[in-house]
Amino acid sequence: MSDYDVCDLPGIVARWHHDPANLVQILRNVQESCGTIPSDTLDRLAKLLDVPRVRIESTASFYAFFHAESHGAYEILFSDNVIDQMAGKAELKQYFCERLWLEPRKLSEDGLVYVDDTADIGLADQAPAMLVNGFAVPALDKSRLDLVAELIRAQKPLAEWPPMLFEIPDNIRQPGPLTGEAFTPGAALKATLARGTEATLAEVDAASLRGRGGAGFRTATKWASCRKAEGRAHYVVCNADEGEPGTFKDRVLLNSHADLVFEGMTVCARVIGARRGFVYLRGEYKNLLEKLESVLARRREANLLGQAILGEADFDFDIEIHLGAGAYICGEESALIESLEGKPGKPRNRPPFPDRCGYRNQPTVVNNVETFACAAKIAEKGGAWFAAMGTPQSAGSKLISVSGDCQRPGVYEYSFGVTVRQVLIDCGAEDAHAVQVSGPSGTCISFREFDRRIAFEDLATAGAFMVFSRERDMFEVARNFTHFFAHESCGFCTPCRVGTSLLRNIMDKLAAGKGSAYDMNEMKHIMHILRGMAHCGLGHTAANPVVQTMEKFPEAYERRLKRLDFEPAFDLDGALATARLITGRDDEWAHLAEEP
Amino acid sequence: MTKTFTLDGKTIPFEEGETIMEAAAAAGVYIPHLCHHPEFKPHGSCKLCTVNIGGRLGAACTNQAAEGMKVESETAALNADRLALTQMLFVEGNHVCPSCEKSGNCQLQAVAYHLGMLTPHFTHFYPARDVDASHPDVLLERNRCILCELCVRASRDVDGKNVFGIGGRGIRARLIVNAASGRLADTSMSVTDRAAEVCPTGAIIRKRHGFTIPIGKRLYDHHDIAEVPVAGIERPKRD
Repeated sequence: MSDYDVCDLPGIVARWHHDPANLVQILRNVQESCGTIPSDTLDRLAKLLDVPRVRIESTASFYAFFHAESHGAYEILFSDNVIDQMAGKAELKQYFCERLWLEPRKLSEDGLVYVDDTADIGLADQAPAMLVNGFAVPALDKSRLDLVAELIRAQKPLAEWPPMLFEIPDNIRQPGPLTGEAFTPGAALKATLARGTEATLAEVDAASLRGRGGAGFRTATKWASCRKAEGRAHYVVCNADEGEPGTFKDRVLLNSHADLVFEGMTVCARVIGARRGFVYLRGEYKNLLEKLESVLARRREANLLGQAILGEADFDFDIEIHLGAGAYICGEESALIESLEGKPGKPRNRPPFPDRCGYRNQPTVVNNVETFACAAKIAEKGGAWFAAMGTPQSAGSKLISVSGDCQRPGVYEYSFGVTVRQVLIDCGAEDAHAVQVSGPSGTCISFREFDRRIAFEDLATAGAFMVFSRERDMFEVARNFTHFFAHESCGFCTPCRVGTSLLRNIMDKLAAGKGSAYDMNEMKHIMHILRGMAHCGLGHTAANPVVQTMEKFPEAYERRLKRLDFEPAFDLDGALATARLITGRDDEWAHLAEEP
Repeated sequence: MTKTFTLDGKTIPFEEGETIMEAAAAAGVYIPHLCHHPEFKPHGSCKLCTVNIGGRLGAACTNQAAEGMKVESETAALNADRLALTQMLFVEGNHVCPSCEKSGNCQLQAVAYHLGMLTPHFTHFYPARDVDASHPDVLLERNRCILCELCVRASRDVDGKNVFGIGGRGIRARLIVNAASGRLADTSMSVTDRAAEVCPTGAIIRKRHGFTIPIGKRLYDHHDIAEVPVAGIERPKRD
């Protein structure tokens, strides 16, 4: 089947207004309809969009979900977070491959199916999970994989698969003001219009709302600065690229509380004077797209979006949803903007920050999904109501995504200041030994620190809370995270591009039982370089899991060291592999004996 | 009155909007760098020019100078980190100085000399990278590419051609060219392009000129890169 038969390139390009800024969306549509993005398509796109081919190839080759070679009719990507691994992902993947007579990363001989891994897909509460042609299938076990294998063998189109495979419960275990209270669409907007924009900004300020993506920048300060900044247009961007492994609270907010999020964006638009907004939704959440579009349509009908919102003559605002394509780095706000502009997601040089120079170099507010949800509640109920929750430096509630070794994984909404111990009691994690707070880029804490608090002044978090019991090997946890960072580094700056891969290689060397104390020091050295010299937060934090687990669980490393001084990375026997292949020899004499 | 900041205790005058790198270069002070070139928009990717700006680390090429700022550059700690970055650049590619036509004129090699690099320190990646000799006048030797994007910027911003770009990501990032075949010969590249001479290493070199000046008599064979003005670029003489 040639792509010319199925792929209406001019139609796709027209749907995205012939605008090269929409290149990521165009490529996504091309791949959805052709199955691949073939080389000749890049040339045709270059002509249709009137941009150099090299620019299109740069973008197409940057994102993990785009590929030039065929992945067959069914592309199966197993989520590869450590939580998935703990839930038996490796064995299940092998089982699945054996059932279909496949090898991972190799298209099946009948050209039908392709199996590979992918970074965490936001379902750690329902691990192991996978994506089938981009659509999430949670809670994998042998029987569900049997069913999937049968459907593939029968070549059933995805639309005819049993819907229960794709059902994803919210798992809200502890509701709070965002997740547990009813919200009437329009309530926050009406309050905003009644109060006026200055006064609404003052309420957000009084609420002491800080960004929920982890960094904790004061929302009112960002909005006020953007409002003041001069530009041809102002933009509102909702960062729904929830890529931090172990985080899934935005998935739940968008699935069940999308009105709150969209309303928060609209309140922001009113405050900063924006007419256009974007939701940058991670590609892994494609299953939410249809639902979100229908919420947007309903809001347009209710005059909560579009022209003259709620009859206010000078209040026009609408929201578009853009999907990501498999790049964790796009959760960094300036990389996200680059991606929205159709480029590879590489963080910009800052300053200037997006509040002055964001989308199309115009003033732009970028906030997390949860931040907008909070903003809507504040606009509705006032800043004092919000500030009364939490701690003085961390006002309000926080959604925590709990996963791993506990009885009740899911979303918990707490007032800021809750102790780790309380969360562990509530989720049923009696045997907890360590918790990774805020994902690989966050903080690993040991059982000695369970009285620490979830708050900006202690454990700042975007929401991930991965629990590890006594039986878990914290070395393997850290090794999984080094693979993640090496895979997700954008490659722009030297320290991160090279340093993350060096770290991964050293951790693999240790795992192979070939490490020494020298390697441990080497990893600390690389951490120092990353922390000081990397271009963005990904690089700054990429060595944290290694260094923190080394410090807190040294025994997990020490038992792997072959020697205490030095062990070369060069594998003499491994170097003979090519010669063995060429000569067709694999006998005993073709191998170098391992030293005793 | 001219605005000034201090760089390692020395007073450096600057004009509004100038970066630390630009002001330092104008004052004749060298800050190690590879991806920076005064003719092109600052990029900030190699991170060699990282300096301490009042207690915070940042790239000198992308941070603007400000009145009264205290900047440290020539410290033992920063030079040790720069050395590590240079070593990272060496091990991620395949750099074989003794057999490289650019030896002696190569900024990567010169920076390594300057920082006192004696070994690559880190484990080599030995990546498999393509060499593209398709073009009649220009050789593209990706083993030596350090992804500074100077050729990308030169081709786009000066030559107006967009011959080069960066494909892939992370450690798999690679220099790509504007042709479906992936061959330099099928692009509009010309040997007279600015992009043909801006490469700080031997990744893009003019054919048949490799040894016009013998090794041992080249720029950095006799001068430390810190002594060579204007980003150390030696313009090749035209025939």
